[in-house]
Amino acid sequence: MRITEAAQSYSFSRRAMMLGGIQGAVGLVLAGRMAYLSVFENERYRLLAESNRINLSLTPPRRGWIVDRNGKPLAINRTAFRVDLIPDRIEDKAKLVGQLRDVLALTPEEVARLETDLKRSRGFQPIPVVENLDWERYAAVSVRLPDMPGVSPTQGFARYYPLGAGVGHLLGYVGVASQAQYQRDKDPLLIAPGFKLGKDGVEKTLEDRLRGVPGAKRVEVTARGKVVRELETRADRPGETVKLTIDAGLQEYVARRLADNSGSVVVLDCINGDVLAMVSMPAYDPNSFSDGISQSEWKMLSEDDHVPLMNKVLQGLYPPGSTVKPMHALALLQNGISPSQTVHCGGSLRVGNRNFHCHKRGGHGAVDMTRAVAQSCDVYFYSMARDLGYDTFAKTVRQMGLGARYDLPYASQSFGTVPDSAWKLKKYKQKWTVADSVNASIGQGYVLVNPMQLAVMTARMAQGRAIVPRLLLDGPHNPAPSLGIDPEHIQKVRETMWAVVNGGGTAGRARLDIPGVEMAGKTGTAQVRAITAAERARGVLSNNQLPFKLRDHTLFVCFAPADNPRYAMSIVLEHHGHVNAITDVAPTAKDIMTYLFDREKAIAALAALEPTWGGDYKTRAAKQAADFRATQAAPPPPVPEDAEAAASNVAASEAANATATAGGDVAETGSRGEPSE
Amino acid sequence: MNNTLGPGLVPSPIAQLPWRIILLVVAIGVFGLLVLYSAASGDIRKWAMPQGIRFFAFLAMAIVLSRIPESFWAMGALPGYVAILVMLIGVELLGAVAGGSQRWLDLGIIRLQPSELMKPAIVLALARFYEVLPAGEIRRFAAIWPAAVMIGVPAALVMLQPDLGTALMIVAGGITVMFLAGVPLRLFIGGALAIAVAVPLIVNFVLHDYQRNRVLTFLNPEADPLGTGYHISQSKIAIGSGGIFGKGFLNGTQSHLDYLPEGHTDFALATMMEEWGLMGGLFVIIAYLMLIRWGIGVGVRAQSRFARLAAAGLSTTIFFYVAINMAMVMGLAPVVGIPLPLISFGGTAQMTVLICIGILMSIDRQNRRITRW
Repeated sequence: MRITEAAQSYSFSRRAMMLGGIQGAVGLVLAGRMAYLSVFENERYRLLAESNRINLSLTPPRRGWIVDRNGKPLAINRTAFRVDLIPDRIEDKAKLVGQLRDVLALTPEEVARLETDLKRSRGFQPIPVVENLDWERYAAVSVRLPDMPGVSPTQGFARYYPLGAGVGHLLGYVGVASQAQYQRDKDPLLIAPGFKLGKDGVEKTLEDRLRGVPGAKRVEVTARGKVVRELETRADRPGETVKLTIDAGLQEYVARRLADNSGSVVVLDCINGDVLAMVSMPAYDPNSFSDGISQSEWKMLSEDDHVPLMNKVLQGLYPPGSTVKPMHALALLQNGISPSQTVHCGGSLRVGNRNFHCHKRGGHGAVDMTRAVAQSCDVYFYSMARDLGYDTFAKTVRQMGLGARYDLPYASQSFGTVPDSAWKLKKYKQKWTVADSVNASIGQGYVLVNPMQLAVMTARMAQGRAIVPRLLLDGPHNPAPSLGIDPEHIQKVRETMWAVVNGGGTAGRARLDIPGVEMAGKTGTAQVRAITAAERARGVLSNNQLPFKLRDHTLFVCFAPADNPRYAMSIVLEHHGHVNAITDVAPTAKDIMTYLFDREKAIAALAALEPTWGGDYKTRAAKQAADFRATQAAPPPPVPEDAEAAASNVAASEAANATATAGGDVAETGSRGEPSE
Repeated sequence: MNNTLGPGLVPSPIAQLPWRIILLVVAIGVFGLLVLYSAASGDIRKWAMPQGIRFFAFLAMAIVLSRIPESFWAMGALPGYVAILVMLIGVELLGAVAGGSQRWLDLGIIRLQPSELMKPAIVLALARFYEVLPAGEIRRFAAIWPAAVMIGVPAALVMLQPDLGTALMIVAGGITVMFLAGVPLRLFIGGALAIAVAVPLIVNFVLHDYQRNRVLTFLNPEADPLGTGYHISQSKIAIGSGGIFGKGFLNGTQSHLDYLPEGHTDFALATMMEEWGLMGGLFVIIAYLMLIRWGIGVGVRAQSRFARLAAAGLSTTIFFYVAINMAMVMGLAPVVGIPLPLISFGGTAQMTVLICIGILMSIDRQNRRITRW
C-alpha cells in the first residue's frame, strides 16, 4: 500500500511537470501570436485601424468656367442647395418618398423619377432628389433630418449656362457619373454627392481641364459614424477656366435668329479659323439636363421631329446642293477653264439615255461662269462635269476641306463623303459613271457634308487660306497659311458669289444694309425625296403641300466683306422648303452677318421679327413643354439610364436617315433638279 | 518566524502572508484597472472604480480564505459540490419558469452564478474523490465513471443555459484533475481522438445557432467582417496596430471610437494591447505564468493527495481562463465568452479566480507549517 501511494506521488509529480510544460508551451504560443500580430502584421493592422478611424470625405471641386473670346461666361457655377438620398442608410423607402414629397413639394413626375432611381440604386451612389433648392425648402428638410434617415442635404455648386439651349450642343452638359464609370475608375470623387462630370460636348472632352482637384475633409469618426473631430481640411482647387473662340453675343443672336427652324449655323473667322458661333437648334437646355432631366421633358425631346438631341453642326450630314457651285467654279479655273467660256442651258442636259434637269425649266440660255453661279445654273456644271469628270473636281473639293474630320472637342462627328471613282470602286465595287459626275457637280448624289465643313469650305474659298476650325482660345491664333491658290482665281470666285447676292442672283434677300460692307454667298437646296416622272408631268408638288419631313433642306454659305472677307458662315435649315420668307436662309444670313458689323441694327431687326415666331427659344421651349405635358395623359416612360448614350443613338439614327433619304437612289433616277431658286 | 523583518516590527499573521504572490495579483489587478479607466475614455467611475472596489474586497476575501485550514476544504469539497449542483438545477428551473435562459441566482446583494462557482468546486470535489479512492483502484473503471458523472452532470446543465465557454472549462478542469490523479494516459489519448471526431458532429447538431456561427466565424473570420467576424477582426486590428510599445495610455482609437466591441469585458486584452503594445501583452502573460507556476509548485510541495490535486487543478483553472481568453481575442479560438480574469470588467471571474488563489494560499500555508514542523 505504501509503495502504491509513493508511486502515485511520483506519478503526480511527473504529470504536474508535464502539465506545467504544456502550460508553458501554450504561453509561448500565445506570446508568439502576440508578437506576430503586433510586430509582423503591425503595418497592415495600423492601416486598418487608421481607415477605421478616419473618414475621408471629398468636396467636389468647383468646375472650371467656360468663357467666350471676350471672357463672357458661357458656363459658370452657382451656389446651390441640394438634397440627396444615400440608399444604404434608408430604412423605409416608401415612407421616405412620401415624407420628401410633402416636405419638398415634389411634383408627381419628380416622385416617379425618384422611385425609378431608387429601384436602380446600388447602395453606394447618392441619388439626387432635388437640386437648386430654395432656402426655405432646404431648411425644411434640414430640420426634419432625424426623422428621415438616408437624406443628405448639402450646399454646393450647380452648373449654370446663362444662354441655356443656345449653348446646348456647343458645350454639352454635366451629370452624375454612371455606374459603369464608377466601376471602371473606382474614383471616390465620382460618387461624392453633388459631383458632376461632363456628359457631352466641350464639357465632356475637356473634362480633365475643367474638373479641378477635389477638396478633402478628414474627420475622426466613431464606429457609428458620429464625427468626433475634424482632423484636416483641404480646400478644393477649382478647374481651369477654358476660353473658347465663341462670341457669346453672336452665339445667342444666332440661336434666336434661327427661329423655329430645325437648323444649324457656323460662323468662322476666315483668317485664322476661329469658330465664332456654332449653333444647332432647337436644342435641349443644358441647365435642365445638368439638374437631372424629368421624364416628360426627355420624352418630349426624343419625340420632337426637329431633333433637339442632335448636334446638327457636326452630326448632321446633308447633300450640299448648289452651295458647292462656287467651289466647282474654282476647280474649273484651276483646270484651265476660262471664266468667260459659255455653255448653253436649254433647261436640261441629256447624258446617255437620261435627262438631267436644270431648276429653271425654260433654261438660262448662254451662261458663263459668273452667271452660272449667280443664277445657279445646273446645266453649266452638268456639262463641265460630263466633259472633265468629277475626279478633276474632287481634288479641289478636298482642298476646300470637305470630307475631312476636324480636331474639335466633340466625341461624335460625322464627316460625310467626297466621292470619286476610286471611292466608288472601293465602297460599291462599281465603276464611276458620267451620271455620277453630273449628279456630284451640283452637290447631289453621293456627296455628303456637315455644316461645319460647309463653313470651312466657304472660309477657305474666301481667303485662300488653309483654315482649320478652332474652338479653344488657348494661345495666339495666327493667320492660317495660304493654300497656294492663284489670287486671280480667288478673286473670280468672290465675284461670282458677290453676284449671287448683289448682282441679280438667287440670294438678293441677303444683301446687307451696311454702308461699305457687301456680302457674297451661295444658296443651295437639297431635296429629300425622289420626284417621279409622273409627278413631274402633273406638276411638281410645292413644299407647302408637303409634310415637314418631306420638304427640302435649304442651305446657304456666305462671307463678308465680299472684297476682303473676314467672316464666313454656313446655314442649313432642315426641311425648311422656303415655306417662310422671314425664317429662310437668306434673310437669316443677312441678320447674322449684320450683327457682326452693326450689332444695334441686327438686334433691332430681330426684335421686330421675333414675335412672329412666338418669341425667343426659352419662351418657346417653355410653351412647348407646357403643351406637351397637357397632351400626356399616361405617365411617361422612365428616362434611359444613360441619357448621354441615348442621345447619341438618336443622333446616329437621324444621320443615317439623312444619308438614306438624300444619298440613295435619287442620283440613279436622274430626275434630281433644283425645284426653286 | 524566520522572517527577516523580525517578529517585533510586523505582527506575525501579516508577516506570514505570501506577500510575493499577493503583490503579483495586485500588479495584475491594478494594471487591469488602468485598462478599464482607459476603456471608459478616462472615466474612473464607469468601470475602474466598481471593479477596483470589488477587486480589493475579493482580495481580502482570498486572504481570509488562506487562513482556513486545508482540512476544511477537503471535508467541504463534496458537500459544496452538491450544493452548487443543486443551485445549478435551481437556476435551470427558474429559467424554465421565467421562460428564457437564466444564468444567475439573485441573492439580493449579489447575483450569484452557480456555474462560475462550479469551476473551482469540480476541481475540489474530484481532488477529494481521488483522495478517498484507494490507490489500487486508480487504474480501474471505478476511478473513472464517478468522475465522468461528476463532470458530465454540471457540464450538461451549463450547456443548457447555454454557456459553452463555462461548460468547456468545467470539463477541462475536471479532466485535468483526473489526469493528475493518475488515470491511465491511453484514456486521454483515446479521448482526444474521440473529441476530434465528435467536434464536427457537435458543431452541426448540438450547438445553438449563435454558438455555431461563432465557431464557423472563428474558422474564417473574413467571410463576414461586419457580422459575427466583426469582433475578431476588430480585436486583431487593435492588437496588431499597437505594435511593440503600443499607442500610449488613453490613445487607443479602436476602443475609444467603439470599433472594438466588448473592449472592457471579453476583449479587454485587445484594448490593453492597443495602448501598451506587445510589452503590455508579454507582461500579462509572464505575470500569469508566474502565478500559475507558483500554484503548481504549491501542489508539488503539498503533502496530502487532496492538496496536490486541488492546487494543481485550481492553477490549471486559472490557466484555462487566461489561455482561452487570449487565444479567442487573438483569433486562435472561437469567441466563447471567457473573460480575462482580474483585467476584464465583471465580478464573477474576479471572484472565481480570487477564490482559487485564496485556496492555493491556504494550501501553501499548510505546506509551510508542515515543513517547519
